[in-house]
Amino acid sequence: MFATLRNWIDERFNWADLTAPLRKKTVPAHDLSYWYFLGGITLFLFGIQVCTGILLLLYYRPSASEAFESVQYIMTRVQFGWLVRSIHSWAANLMIFTAFCHMFSVLFLGAYRKPRELTWITGMLLLFLAMGFGFSGYLLPWNTLAFFATKVGTEITGQVPLIGHGLKVFLRGGEDVTGATLTRFFGFHVALLPGLTTLLLLTHIALVQYFGMSVPPAVEARWKASPSEARQMKFFPNFFLRELMAWYIALGVLGALAAILPWELGAKADPFAPAPAGIRPEWYFMFMFQTLKKIPAKVWFADGDVLGILVFGVAGVIWLLLPFFDQAGGRRGRRLVLGAGIFALSYIIAMTIYAYMAK
Amino acid sequence: MHTWLNDGFLRSSILLLTIVCVCAGGVRAQAPSTCLDCHAALDPPLQVTQAQFSQDIHAQQGLTCASCHGGDPTKADMDAMSKAAGFLGKIQRKQIPELCGHCHSDGAFMRKYNPSLRTDQLTQYKTSVHGKRLLQGDTKVAVCIDCHGVHDLRPASDPRSKISPLNVAQTCSRCHSDAKYMQGYGIPTDQYANYNLSVHHEAMTVRGDLSAPTCPTCHGNHGAAPPGIDSVKNVCANCHVFQAQMYDKSTHKVAFQSAGLPGCVVCHSNHGISLPTDAKLGTGPEAVCMRCHKPGDICDQARAKMLQDLTQLDGAVKAADRILAIAESSGMEVSEARTEQDQARDSLTKARVTIHSFKTELVEQDIQAGLQIAAKTHAEGQAALAERDRRRRGLGLSLVIILAVLLGLRLYIRQIESNASKVETAELHR
Amino acid sequence: MVADPKTQPEPARRRMIEILLGGGLLGSFASFIYPVLRYLVPPPVAELGGDQVTAGKIGELKPNSAKIFRFGSRPGLLIRNSDGSYRALSATCTHLGCIVQYRGDLQEIWCACHNGLYDLNGRNVSGPPPRPLEVYEVHLRGDDVVVSLKREA
Repeated sequence: MFATLRNWIDERFNWADLTAPLRKKTVPAHDLSYWYFLGGITLFLFGIQVCTGILLLLYYRPSASEAFESVQYIMTRVQFGWLVRSIHSWAANLMIFTAFCHMFSVLFLGAYRKPRELTWITGMLLLFLAMGFGFSGYLLPWNTLAFFATKVGTEITGQVPLIGHGLKVFLRGGEDVTGATLTRFFGFHVALLPGLTTLLLLTHIALVQYFGMSVPPAVEARWKASPSEARQMKFFPNFFLRELMAWYIALGVLGALAAILPWELGAKADPFAPAPAGIRPEWYFMFMFQTLKKIPAKVWFADGDVLGILVFGVAGVIWLLLPFFDQAGGRRGRRLVLGAGIFALSYIIAMTIYAYMAK
Repeated sequence: MHTWLNDGFLRSSILLLTIVCVCAGGVRAQAPSTCLDCHAALDPPLQVTQAQFSQDIHAQQGLTCASCHGGDPTKADMDAMSKAAGFLGKIQRKQIPELCGHCHSDGAFMRKYNPSLRTDQLTQYKTSVHGKRLLQGDTKVAVCIDCHGVHDLRPASDPRSKISPLNVAQTCSRCHSDAKYMQGYGIPTDQYANYNLSVHHEAMTVRGDLSAPTCPTCHGNHGAAPPGIDSVKNVCANCHVFQAQMYDKSTHKVAFQSAGLPGCVVCHSNHGISLPTDAKLGTGPEAVCMRCHKPGDICDQARAKMLQDLTQLDGAVKAADRILAIAESSGMEVSEARTEQDQARDSLTKARVTIHSFKTELVEQDIQAGLQIAAKTHAEGQAALAERDRRRRGLGLSLVIILAVLLGLRLYIRQIESNASKVETAELHR
Repeated sequence: MVADPKTQPEPARRRMIEILLGGGLLGSFASFIYPVLRYLVPPPVAELGGDQVTAGKIGELKPNSAKIFRFGSRPGLLIRNSDGSYRALSATCTHLGCIVQYRGDLQEIWCACHNGLYDLNGRNVSGPPPRPLEVYEVHLRGDDVVVSLKREA
């Protein structure tokens, strides 16, 4: 049966030529090859988000008076609605986690170096988009925690100098967080961000295909010294099958999380109720949130919050342009970037832990 | 034509001047009171300060010292206290009610200030224990100023007022809890202490319910007197309607009346009314039934039956609550069942009210209704747990399949790679 | 020349791996597709609850009578007036939270717990209740009496 299908395709397309690059594609095989999985897993989780997201779209209603109830409906009345929703919420967090891991592994394994600068830049932009997905999606169930977290989050963007107020009003669809904010975030979450992500993702993947997988500097040096040690693994089927194993493990983890630790719904947002204690954003924003909390209200002449925002803004830009700092730094460039990477990773982990310990 | 009237600056100056004159005149319109000039500097009990008097509602309405004390407030120094001008000096306690009543019982007069204020305070006071004893010459009893204050008198709606619902019990206790002061009257002095332990006091101070009963609610304020033994139930019935209705139709009403017992107070006490628990129906220290009834008689049996029913329903509601809590913490959605639990709890409350009919069949009815609801919610909780188990079984099955795939992939990878290496080796050896 | 070593593992073992992998993959796809297919089928109850709920059917209530209905997580009181029209209010007494009832004899809303009274507009007219009852909007839709929250102007 497969033979007839193959013939039908062969009569129309030069299937062999079309698939040749895939069949020829190889992946460097060394001790650190497992880190190559992270990008693929992030892509896989994104695919799950798209699928579960589309399913949720069939029942979700993006208005302040119906959003909460529609999510409740999905959780209680729709067959397997609880599964789809919990998978969507958990995979979102997992995806951002693997995206961060992917970014740090690329940094530490030097995969951002020439000629892969654009891959790094598109990747960083994708990371920012992923966090935007997280922030906009968090509000959609319209529960108390999300409502106030959004209020605080957009309030902070309002403190950016010059454009802050305009940015805040743009995000909120008005001066306050209202039903208009919900509709707007919904638009961001299901249309604007997916559109931008698709473009960047296609670019990112095309670049990865074009340049092939990078080899870490240490392994590169070793292979240069003794070329016979250099090994390549065929992508199809060897690497792909291994990646498939990783994807299946991720599926198992997701299923277990959805069934044993289902995602909470909470209470419906009441804009007139006072903010409950313990408002905080999702974990991937916590390190920034905690930093802002700890900066004193006034540092010299500058407002503490504004200073914090500016520092993170500058840090983001530096991070985006990391490959160029490596190049510009000459011999020390790589070590500078490694140092910055270690500092950033430690800072993020430490601040996140600190934020959760200091209730 | 630019006349001097068009000059903006001049116009506003004239306006300003006019306003100042009118204000000054207005101030002058209120009678100047020289009394406070001296009395603010004196020591108590002659001291009345401006700060004090400005808080007084009478002063705010335009009355002065002379309105009650007489005299001539326009004169300075001791000339103000002239007998010719009607100066009364310190008003004698015996005369205070009539003095206040002079205005406050005059409907036409009070209408000018606050038409909704009652004007029967003096009449009521004369029916009260305080009023009657005052007439007999006892000046230790409360007169108007003891509760209302005198020079910084505030309306009852003001939370700082001595007679605001929040404060009035304390005002009463100033005399009624003072054992030395109350010597010779032959009434207890523990009412305030008991009241502070009561559920009514808690309702007001902890739950902030200003409508909760305090001393005047049951005793009256101006016509303050203890309710008669036969009328205690009527007082409680003002809020606790159902209990009173049941009690009226019960055997206890006749029994208590003929024994001269004060109705509700027999089981619930009067001032230290604690939150009634099911233990009241028991046989322990809080038990009330067995104070009169004999163990083993039909009343004891009825009591035991009612207690048993209540305990059963209480247990059923708690069991359903527990299972719903487990379901909720496992991530199941049970808000509908939780709402129904409220109705089961309502049945329990109703049953506890029905006790006052002292008829086990009526209590039984409420209990059965509650048991039905509790059974339903319990079943819903169990269904939620069953659903949770189904999900976990489904998860288990899918994990088994995933493990099979993982194992299959691993073996397949090893197979094709050993295959490939064997081909390599074979080629190497050729 | 060395004899060709067997380049294929035993057929039985290969078959087992094939079955395991193929069966596993098929099974896992089925376990993904099955919930999705069930999900796509709309549930019988299309009502979301929340801001709007069907409190009853026309003709269910006689004039000058009432019933308690569930409005989200709160109880509501649906009253059919003597003239046949409907009104709906929150059934939670503003005093201590007991469920109120409609008194046809008084044409008022009464709370049995502490004798609180509300008029038909929800205003607390007598007894301990400190605040009026929340009034809802009632619409008739076909056979249904639909109660919804009052929309702000």
